[in-house]
Amino acid sequence: MSDPRLQMSSVSQASVLATNKVLRNTYALLSATLIFSALMAALSTVLHVGHGTSLICSFAALALIWFVLPRTAESAAGIAVVFAFTGLLGFGLGPVLNFYLNMAHGAQAIATSLGGTAVVFIGLSGYALATQRDFSFLGGFLFSGLMVVLLAALAGIFLNMPGLWLAINAAVILIFSGFILFDTSRIINGGVTNYVIATTSIYLSIYNIFISLLHLVGFAGND
Amino acid sequence: MDWMKFAYAALVVALLIFIFPAAKYWLKNSPKAERGDWQAFLLPISLVVLFVIGLMWIVSQ
Repeated sequence: MSDPRLQMSSVSQASVLATNKVLRNTYALLSATLIFSALMAALSTVLHVGHGTSLICSFAALALIWFVLPRTAESAAGIAVVFAFTGLLGFGLGPVLNFYLNMAHGAQAIATSLGGTAVVFIGLSGYALATQRDFSFLGGFLFSGLMVVLLAALAGIFLNMPGLWLAINAAVILIFSGFILFDTSRIINGGVTNYVIATTSIYLSIYNIFISLLHLVGFAGND
Repeated sequence: MDWMKFAYAALVVALLIFIFPAAKYWLKNSPKAERGDWQAFLLPISLVVLFVIGLMWIVSQ
């Protein structure tokens, strides 16, 4: 009869290997989708895409993660869906990027926001990986915070209050920073075993942090 | 343009509907925080706050 301790050890080793595989695949797919998304954003900037097209891209991206991704996440088609989703969101960035590029220090604001987003993402992911802490206790807090921010954004669309938008952007950065910790720790602790889903979640955090940071940095630079 | 405002509002409402089931699930099923968990969360988040304030300060100079 085999030693139960040996069996336990091989089970935990297999679990660690599986977690590492999900993590490796997630970061590989995330890198590829971020590059693709940046290329699509550059294309839409060159084409001077309007707000209407950007809005259609956002609706299409939402439809993809709502109706298509859950059905395809376990298959190879899921990868194509993630590329389509991130490409649409990247393409939808055109009007915002053009708005800032037409400002005096707009290019600087975009570069600063890109660098800032990279620092926040690498720092928080590194922290979650180094501490190996389970941040899943944040789930209720982060999702309810996101609902409150969305309700505030809904009000902000109809109320002309720049201060409200600044507060919303600051809250978005904090909430999605929390989501980076939450999602990374769920991968580490085996809560997410599908790298397509994990990539989508982390991409959304990076995307939202970048947009909000761009608005805050643009505001600070009087743009 | 007014129709754009309503279209953006429709997008936000759709996002709210999309997120609601996950919010409900996590509000019910989030594990309780253990001793030190909130400190472990607040430490990096405070650094993010300081970093963003720093970036805004640098850009405003």
